[in-house]
Amino acid sequence: MNELELLNWARGPGLAYASIIMFFGISLRLLEILSLGRPAEYADTRDDGVKDGLIMIVKRSLPETRHWKYITASYIFHIGLFIIVFFFTPHTQFFRDIFGVFWSGWPNYLIDVVTVLSIASMLYMLIIRITDPTRRILSSTGDYLVWILTFLPLITGYLAFHRLMLDYTLMLALHILSVELLMIALPFSKLTHSFTFILSRWYTGSNFGRRGIKS
Amino acid sequence: MSTSFIQGVNVLKKLIDAPIASYFSSCTNCGICAQACIFYTETGDAKYTPIRRVEPMRRIWEQEFTLSGRVKKWLGLSRPVTAQDFHDTVELAFESCTTCGRCSMVCPAGNDIVYMIRKMREGLTNAGLAPPSLKAAAVRTLEKGSVMGFPMKTFEAQVKAAEKETGIKINIDQPDVDYLVLLSSAEVMQFNEIIAALAQIFDKAGVTWTFSSLAHEAGNPGMHMGASEVEAEMINRIVDAAESLNIKNVISPECGHAYMAIRWEGPNVIGRPYPFKVYHIIEVLDKLRQEGRLQTTGKESERLTFHDPCQAARRGGVNEPQRNLLNMVTDNFVEMSDNMACNWCCGGGGGMNTIEKAEPLMKKVFHRKKQQIDELNVTTVVTMCATCRNTLEEGIEDNNMDVEVLGLTEVLANHLLKENKND
Repeated sequence: MNELELLNWARGPGLAYASIIMFFGISLRLLEILSLGRPAEYADTRDDGVKDGLIMIVKRSLPETRHWKYITASYIFHIGLFIIVFFFTPHTQFFRDIFGVFWSGWPNYLIDVVTVLSIASMLYMLIIRITDPTRRILSSTGDYLVWILTFLPLITGYLAFHRLMLDYTLMLALHILSVELLMIALPFSKLTHSFTFILSRWYTGSNFGRRGIKS
Repeated sequence: MSTSFIQGVNVLKKLIDAPIASYFSSCTNCGICAQACIFYTETGDAKYTPIRRVEPMRRIWEQEFTLSGRVKKWLGLSRPVTAQDFHDTVELAFESCTTCGRCSMVCPAGNDIVYMIRKMREGLTNAGLAPPSLKAAAVRTLEKGSVMGFPMKTFEAQVKAAEKETGIKINIDQPDVDYLVLLSSAEVMQFNEIIAALAQIFDKAGVTWTFSSLAHEAGNPGMHMGASEVEAEMINRIVDAAESLNIKNVISPECGHAYMAIRWEGPNVIGRPYPFKVYHIIEVLDKLRQEGRLQTTGKESERLTFHDPCQAARRGGVNEPQRNLLNMVTDNFVEMSDNMACNWCCGGGGGMNTIEKAEPLMKKVFHRKKQQIDELNVTTVVTMCATCRNTLEEGIEDNNMDVEVLGLTEVLANHLLKENKND
């Protein structure tokens, strides 16, 4: 298999397998959570909690200022990743081909800046995780693994765009494969937080609301 | 209650519900919960990071309730939870946590961490690892009807003393009245001025009320321990008392955890709604204020602040009534730097104050409260929880601070308008 064949496999069957695994994985994880059920509430509640549940889903995205360095890095990385995935022109073309919906991408030089910032933030967060005793004691292999899985698409994408290190075709193939690896790992690792955060914030916020605690 | 490690594990498996599964799925080990916990901020010790307190439960969840965890277990990639892990968690779940729930206010994933710590305690208690002091408190409460273990006649004597002091008749077991009032042991034995204060306020407001000989204790060690049978038994006594006296409203006293147990957990622990409503005493007083039935005279001019008890304010949703009432009788009320739902814990609740070996740690973490009080330069701290009051008094004495601690009901009683305006 040469570079081009590898790229074609990654773009075709590879992507299909990864998408299927991710889709079923997410469904399974949601089922694993929801099937456990929520205990009945017999207390005379002050409110049904729906409003506070919904508020909590949004509000816990707001920064907690005591950790401003860590939080800033986390913001840059999460927002940066979102911008890169959805507003890098080749990615928008990819979404057009798959879903038939098109929106215009950002200029390449902007995406380049965002990518460098995101990579820097991720490195900073990794350093904190390793050097800060509180975070080091909390961290497991899984935490480092998802860091690597998230970092690979970023770095290979950056290298491919700038034609660095490896042949472009091979680097692009590796970039797509690394994304597929991330997709496959998503439902089975710490990356589940990318969709379960809605549930966890909902449960807490609505419980708070029932008791009259503002989210 | 029979206990064993296996039973503890099985109980935890039963307690893992959809919220908990979503919490563990959403935790990224970011460590932000650490900065919200006094035991972490005042010691700097990473082991006190709140989410670490439930690690055995997380592993049970992963290994039993997720496909990926089961595969990892099958491949021998994960370590099963052992009895030693449970032993090691006792310190973190019981001896260095007041279940104040401040961690649950900051988690970016929205995880209600203390909800999980409470379940972790239940697992440990079923494994026979509950702190002996809490077990003893539970036995006393079940046998004598009071957390401190005093008999009914002691309670009656305190009621008689208050009657004598106020000249107002105080009912025990009077049916068909507006309210059944519960007290915590600490209020009966240490802060008994509350009885006279209530008698005067209710008499003036035209409220009819009674104590019950079946259930006067509001405290519930079953809740701190995570012994649901004990918790349910104490709740059932209150339900029986209210039902037999045909009373539609029950008052939980100035005690945070009692409010949590009776107001919010009770119906869930016994598995059915109550045939009556439950209020914190401060909620009732605020209602009387709104109706114009609580009239006060004069104002405290001394600079004072309010300490919000975690289980009533942060976890129970009672935040405004105490402020409405304080503003009635004070000119110089200042808020602590963090207040209401984000107030720092006193360090003594959740059963901590009963655990002897936790005392040095309790004294150490009081530093945060000292700092909060010091920066306000106040002469008085008012609160609405007997445990907070106790902890504050001890902390203030240990640190040679010149600050007085008062219960809110008592402050109001001191300012009660003695004569009607028309008289």
